[in-house]
Amino acid sequence: MSNAHFSYVLRLGDNALIIGQRLSEWCGHSPFLEEDIAMANTALDHVGRARMLLTHAGDLEGAGRDEDQLAYLRDEREFCNVLLCELPIGDFAFTLMRQYLLDVYHLHLFEALCRSQDEVLAGIAAKAVKESSYHCRRSAEWVCRLGDGTDESHRRMQSALDELWGYTDEIFAADAVDEAMRAQGIAPPLAELERLWRADVEALLARATLSVPDDNWRASGGREGIHTEHMGVLLAEMQVLQRSHPGLAW
Amino acid sequence: MSARRLPLWEVFIRSRRGLDHKHVGSLHAADPEQAMQAARDTYTRRQEGVSIWIVRAEDIHASQSDDAQAFFDPAEDKVYRHPTFYDVPEDLKL
Amino acid sequence: MPPISSPGAEARFDATIAAEEKIEPRDWMPEKYRRNLVRQISQHAHSEVVGQLPEGNWITRAPTLRRKATLLAKVQDEAGHGLYLYSAAETLGVSREQMQDDLLSGRAKYASIFNYPSLTWADVGAIGWLVDGAAIVNQISLCRTSYGPYARALVRICKEESFHMRQGFEIMQTLCGGTSEQKAMAQDALDRWWWPTLMMFGPHDAESAHSQQSMQWKIKRQSNDELRQKFVDQSVAQAEHLGLVLPDSDLKWNAARDHYDFGAIDWDEFQRVLNGGGHCNRSRIKARRDADQDGEWVREAMLTYADKQRARAVEDAA
Repeated sequence: MSNAHFSYVLRLGDNALIIGQRLSEWCGHSPFLEEDIAMANTALDHVGRARMLLTHAGDLEGAGRDEDQLAYLRDEREFCNVLLCELPIGDFAFTLMRQYLLDVYHLHLFEALCRSQDEVLAGIAAKAVKESSYHCRRSAEWVCRLGDGTDESHRRMQSALDELWGYTDEIFAADAVDEAMRAQGIAPPLAELERLWRADVEALLARATLSVPDDNWRASGGREGIHTEHMGVLLAEMQVLQRSHPGLAW
Repeated sequence: MSARRLPLWEVFIRSRRGLDHKHVGSLHAADPEQAMQAARDTYTRRQEGVSIWIVRAEDIHASQSDDAQAFFDPAEDKVYRHPTFYDVPEDLKL
Repeated sequence: MPPISSPGAEARFDATIAAEEKIEPRDWMPEKYRRNLVRQISQHAHSEVVGQLPEGNWITRAPTLRRKATLLAKVQDEAGHGLYLYSAAETLGVSREQMQDDLLSGRAKYASIFNYPSLTWADVGAIGWLVDGAAIVNQISLCRTSYGPYARALVRICKEESFHMRQGFEIMQTLCGGTSEQKAMAQDALDRWWWPTLMMFGPHDAESAHSQQSMQWKIKRQSNDELRQKFVDQSVAQAEHLGLVLPDSDLKWNAARDHYDFGAIDWDEFQRVLNGGGHCNRSRIKARRDADQDGEWVREAMLTYADKQRARAVEDAA
């Protein structure tokens, strides 16, 4: 196994873990009861995915680290999720807009990963693609509903999109790890995913009466461990018990 | 509190292929797609179903309990609608 | 819709109750029966919904991913149970909005236990083990309640809730099998949650305002004291298994009664917390009010979008 292979799966695991962590913050605080339940379902799908991906990453690494050691005992600089996942939940518009942008990416990603040369990863993808397919249907509906709802909901959605857009480039910026995985038939070419993603997203945003921001601000660095300042706080909260009582079983 | 209320929907689930849809509960949603998703998220978390119907609660017409005697009691003496009413030889598998 | 009264309706109602048959939404029922049910079911629903908060407080800090997933699924169930119960109450002609208004304004109560803070990870274990354990004792009894929609909601709730107590107990078991520090954490949680859990069953039968009538109408099937005793009896062996001490020096087996005797409950504290004096009364209601207010624009947008969609469908058809 190569170091790139470990890094690649770890990135996917970190994305799932961090967005799952963010979504779980809504528990008990959603705009209405049905949405509390739905949001928790999405969060659970991501936490479940994180567990499988981190376990697989640990196996690939071969250093004996399990899902929890990878989730709870790494520092901020060692996490390699994209920045989009770690941004605070914001308002309901921000959460759902972010979710839609990620869900479309995950749908195309996992569809492609079903054909990965990494059989374990292909197995995880086969399960994840069904989840993402539902996530997309749900968040796309929300983007339309809120984008094309009232003036206030439209304003909130547009402002969420304006804030989030600059973080989407990072998802598709291929580096040496992505290239190596593509060459080995483990991962799909990111340029192809980006094309599919952009077509879906642009069509839906138009339907939702929202416009793609035209500024050039872009942020990246998550995969190299250069995170937003929110990340350290997220980890401090998530890891508190494992860090303050090292080595115990819970 | 919103001035307008979210409509109430009744949820019916087919638990297995070959079985009828059965009423399982209710929920609030603004439109059919949202009601469908909420039904999925709320009522099939433990693999309870393979198919969902959702119906606006206000679209359901129900018999009133005061109608019960007039509606249902007259069937009481029509015992000839049941196979056990008939006197036939038992060993002929009729 | 208020069911129309007809001659003999009350006698039919009484006969249905006496025959252990269920009362259904469109049946005639005494106004007091209806009000009593609305009060009990909505209070039960509010308890589930507010009950998300103390445990929800630990989801982001759950110490393993397995614990995070199970806790999230558990708290999600509480929301689901709130939803089933609100739906049951809605069949009695009261809207969910009205019930939620009553909760936020303080007119309606919820289980007082959720006004205690969840301070450590062991509290998540203790809540699952004790609070859900007590809720199950109560809810299993209520599955035989006389009102159909409430009974059906409870059957569903009991089925789902069977894992809640187990996940709590498992957390306690892991802590008690761990370091002395972890075990102390478990004992501390038990010390804080034990008595409030016993209060969950409500005042003694003699002092319970609604009990008598509720029992006659078979809304409630067993008395507060009976259920509390059942819970104490089952908890003793569980605490022993964990190696924890129930914080009651008067607790001892009474062979004559075939039950455990236990100490006096501090009803002054119960009343104080019930009437708003608890640690978290204000923060729990504030959290629910914030969710409601922050969600208003979302609900308004949903309805507006649905109107637009309907109008478009009409246009398309034309």
